[in-house]
Amino acid sequence: MATEIVRLEVARYSPEHDATPSFQSFDVPLRKDWVVLDALNYIKDKLDGSLAYRWSCRMGICGSCGMMVNGEPKLTCAAFLTDYAPGPIRIEPLRYFPVVRDLVIEMTDFLRKLHDVKPWIIRDAEKPLAEGEYLQTPAQLDAYKQFSMCINCMLCYAACPVYGLDPLFSGPAAIALAQRYNMDSRDQGAIERLHILSQHEGIWGCTFVGECTRVCPKHVDPAGAIQQYKLTAALEWFKSVLLPRGQQ
Amino acid sequence: MPERPKRPKEPFFWTLFSAGGVVSAFLLPVHLFLFVLAFPLGWLEPPAHDTLAQLARHPLARLYLFLLCSLPLFHWAHRFRYTLYDGLQIKHLNEMINVFCYGGAIIGTGVAAYLLW
Amino acid sequence: MSSAPRYTEHHPRWYRERVSTYWWLWRWNYLKFVLREISSVFIAWFVLVTLLQFRALSSGAQAYAQFQEWLRSPGILLLHLIGFAFVLFHTATWFGLAPAALVVRLGGKRVPAALIVASNYAAWLAVSAVIAWLVLRGRA
Repeated sequence: MATEIVRLEVARYSPEHDATPSFQSFDVPLRKDWVVLDALNYIKDKLDGSLAYRWSCRMGICGSCGMMVNGEPKLTCAAFLTDYAPGPIRIEPLRYFPVVRDLVIEMTDFLRKLHDVKPWIIRDAEKPLAEGEYLQTPAQLDAYKQFSMCINCMLCYAACPVYGLDPLFSGPAAIALAQRYNMDSRDQGAIERLHILSQHEGIWGCTFVGECTRVCPKHVDPAGAIQQYKLTAALEWFKSVLLPRGQQ
Repeated sequence: MPERPKRPKEPFFWTLFSAGGVVSAFLLPVHLFLFVLAFPLGWLEPPAHDTLAQLARHPLARLYLFLLCSLPLFHWAHRFRYTLYDGLQIKHLNEMINVFCYGGAIIGTGVAAYLLW
Repeated sequence: MSSAPRYTEHHPRWYRERVSTYWWLWRWNYLKFVLREISSVFIAWFVLVTLLQFRALSSGAQAYAQFQEWLRSPGILLLHLIGFAFVLFHTATWFGLAPAALVVRLGGKRVPAALIVASNYAAWLAVSAVIAWLVLRGRA
């Protein structure tokens, strides 16, 4: 019984040998329950063990396996081979990030920008343990829940042309996560984050292309987060102009 | 208490961009349909010159025209500035671009104010 | 191509692809985005036309009639038809994106995006009707 085949064109880059990436073709069985990640694992197991790529949970929650599949940022554990049949399927490393080797990218820039927005609960003073836990109503949870679903997969960065063009732009996920904490009723750090993000580019480089929201596998809607944040920043700006004292 | 950073300029320009976007979206289509398409092409009988001139003299009409001409220019300025940054990748010329865009909008606003006063 | 390993002191030589000047042509969504941004140029042009038209109006019936003639010239008409399409494109995209920026909560629940978009269109129709009525009612 002949197995159907699908061809994968996989980007290869080896800093030892190559000045620029090239493509290597592999023929992989077209199984209807296989995703692109399964195909890459098949390649590594049976065809070429030197292929380098990241993956972990294989179920769309760890955010490790983001790559460009036919020019689209995708989690390879969520991209079914049959959706791309008859192929060939082009696999490249996530766009707008430096390539370390093959499909592995360098993500320090994202991690730094994420750290800069202080993605944790900021309090003026910690509540003593004896006073019990912070209470939150379902409505208060609803205010930020969507933005908390981010798995840091960086597909939005690969979709955002401004991130590719402007090194100062914080990027969709970082801003969405800043909003996640700004909108959290337990958080008191909104002004602190605003000073970081509203300076220089931060959020203002965003021109609302909207691709980040379209490619997000967890429906976080970072574009919405950014526009809402721009509105907040603008209101804060006018408040600081019209009421110069009486600010913290 | 950490020192307060200086007030950023971007929120102000973004607000002007948004206001201009709203005015362009809501008011420009009907205005253009009437004055640039329907009347010149004869799809609708245009008002007589005297009637139109009298209507345009009304202070509210002048305010409407001023907003119609000024805010969309700031909308263009902000949007075109970023189009030049990202489209042509000439962000290193940002000072020149800013002067051209916002300067253009300010000049246009000045002309509008002069004509409509 | 084989050469000495491309290693700097602490990490291997990364490959950084330069973003092409024509990045916006490579994906349909990027092209739609750039067209949306270009609509602002037509908006600026129409502001200029409006100012010129007002000046002609204030200068008398003959000046105004001449301006109307200019508006009727084929090149200008074609430009204005295209420009008008771009202005409508701006309106449509502006209303379409409004729900992302304007989060309205009523009774704890978020107002659906479709309702916000529809409200914008309804307001647009109402405002347009009022303006059209104000302009057209003076005709004999």
